Amino acid sequence: MFAYTIRRLLLTLPVMLVVALFVYGLLDLAPGDPAVFLAGEEASLEDIARIRETLGLDQPFYHRFTLWLLNVLQGDLGSSLFTGVPVSQMIVQRMPPTFTLMVMTLIVSVTIAIPLGALAAWRHNSRYDRGVMIVAVLSFSLPTFVVGYMLAWAIGIEMRWLPVQGYAPFSQGIWSSIKTLILPTLALSSVYVALITRITRATLLETLSQDYIRTARSKGVGNQDILFRHALKNAAIPVITVIGSGVALLISGAVVTETVFSIPGLGRLTVDAILRRDYPIIQGVILLFSFLYVLVNLVIDLLYRVFDPRIKY
Amino acid sequence: MSQAFKFLRRHPTIFVGGTIVFLLILMAIFAPWIAEKDPMALSPIHRARVPSERFWFGTDLLGRDVFARVVYGARISLIVGISVALLSAVIGTIIGLTSGFVKWIDAIVMRIMDGLMSIPTILLAIALIALTRASLENVIIAITIAEVPRVVRLVRGLALSLREQPYVEAAIAAGASPVRVVFKHIFPNTIAALTVQTTYICGLAILAEASLSFIGAGIPPSIPSWGNIMAEGRALWQIKPHMIAFPALFLSITILAINMLGDGLRDAIDPRMAKRI
Repeated sequence: MFAYTIRRLLLTLPVMLVVALFVYGLLDLAPGDPAVFLAGEEASLEDIARIRETLGLDQPFYHRFTLWLLNVLQGDLGSSLFTGVPVSQMIVQRMPPTFTLMVMTLIVSVTIAIPLGALAAWRHNSRYDRGVMIVAVLSFSLPTFVVGYMLAWAIGIEMRWLPVQGYAPFSQGIWSSIKTLILPTLALSSVYVALITRITRATLLETLSQDYIRTARSKGVGNQDILFRHALKNAAIPVITVIGSGVALLISGAVVTETVFSIPGLGRLTVDAILRRDYPIIQGVILLFSFLYVLVNLVIDLLYRVFDPRIKY
Repeated sequence: MSQAFKFLRRHPTIFVGGTIVFLLILMAIFAPWIAEKDPMALSPIHRARVPSERFWFGTDLLGRDVFARVVYGARISLIVGISVALLSAVIGTIIGLTSGFVKWIDAIVMRIMDGLMSIPTILLAIALIALTRASLENVIIAITIAEVPRVVRLVRGLALSLREQPYVEAAIAAGASPVRVVFKHIFPNTIAALTVQTTYICGLAILAEASLSFIGAGIPPSIPSWGNIMAEGRALWQIKPHMIAFPALFLSITILAINMLGDGLRDAIDPRMAKRI
């Protein structure tokens, strides 16, 4: 186990290196002089020279890249081309709403989706099963921002139950903060719930048709024990794998959801950075999110063994 | 003819999804005949009108006819969806087949694909768009780069398992050249799964373009695309919801239809799975 953990940790290094090379190398691959482009159309020669110097574009690529990478490893992501504020500082400021939103979505989705999918598999081909599948296909196809607007319209404007837009930080009280995130969480959950429900149902159907389930039934094991002790446990691995790979969906969705609900999180930070072509911020956010994705999937890989002791590394 | 009919009856999702996609393609092609108004024409005196007999879907903040913009928007969505699907299928298949047969390329390519796949689609596209000028071509290129790894993984996986099949071994033993093995024996057997994946990618690409345009990182705002129309309606949506409701409806129906088509094709190709997912 220990040797595997180390090996698995080392395997994430090339992946993160590719990500770093990609977000950094893009500057050089983009057509034209990136300094001229990033400076914008009304920039003076001094502006261009300043950006070229800030980004170190007068140095050869390998030199700049190594320097940049060493800085990144020490937590220095460069600074904004416009305000000069360090990117890491801006990111830390914007993290709370985004991460709260993502964690809430994760908890809500898993709590809703797994029972939903399990019951659909248990009552295979029933009316309930078909209903769940139709809803799952529908909500899988509805774009996050469309669901967001529908929820904001119905619950925020028509019923006036919850705030329609904006965000209250934790300092204004936990409940009022969470209240602003309920609608965004529901919107972001819709795709994720559909994804997890479908995989839970499919895996459980597969498991329930196995020989050992028939054996358990024939020796008189009750329905509850079959579902909870035999079937669900063995269906866990594909489900947590999808939960992990779905994190990428969650991140893309969070960027859009923050725009719909005007939440000042990492998504807004990125969107504002695109409009001003503030590339270091975009670099920083991508590195952070990719790192998060790689980390989540690493943890899930290591968890396999907990769910299935037969797996030997 | 009756065979085709029977097939469609057995797979209603292919029929429903396919019909909707077909109608959307017709709408995109015949946009100038369906929407008589110019989708770009500004009309300041008719700003932000609610839907009426004259303006079926109302007008936006600049007085442009939302119905005309939504109809023309189908063109952008379908162009993006189909281009990304075809481009990533071709590029992904070439890389995937090469990777499945040449060991040293495989090691490098798969690390690159792992890296690309760990960057969420929207963010990967944002990075590319931030460094290039906003245009339809650049959006297509950006989304294609994000989708190629999915195809590579699929094709490579299939190639690796297919080359162990007895009939491939037999072909090699009979003296077939590697090129012949790949094109005659491996590639044809990946087409079924590739078709399903390409259909899903088409839907994902349309969604990605709409999301990018919606957050302001997509196609130039003057061009009517469903994401752009929604982005323009954002400022006033609480009092004039029609500005985003109609493009949202068309976008959702399109993606739903494409996903239904994909699900149907998958079930038709692999009947064992049909009853399950």
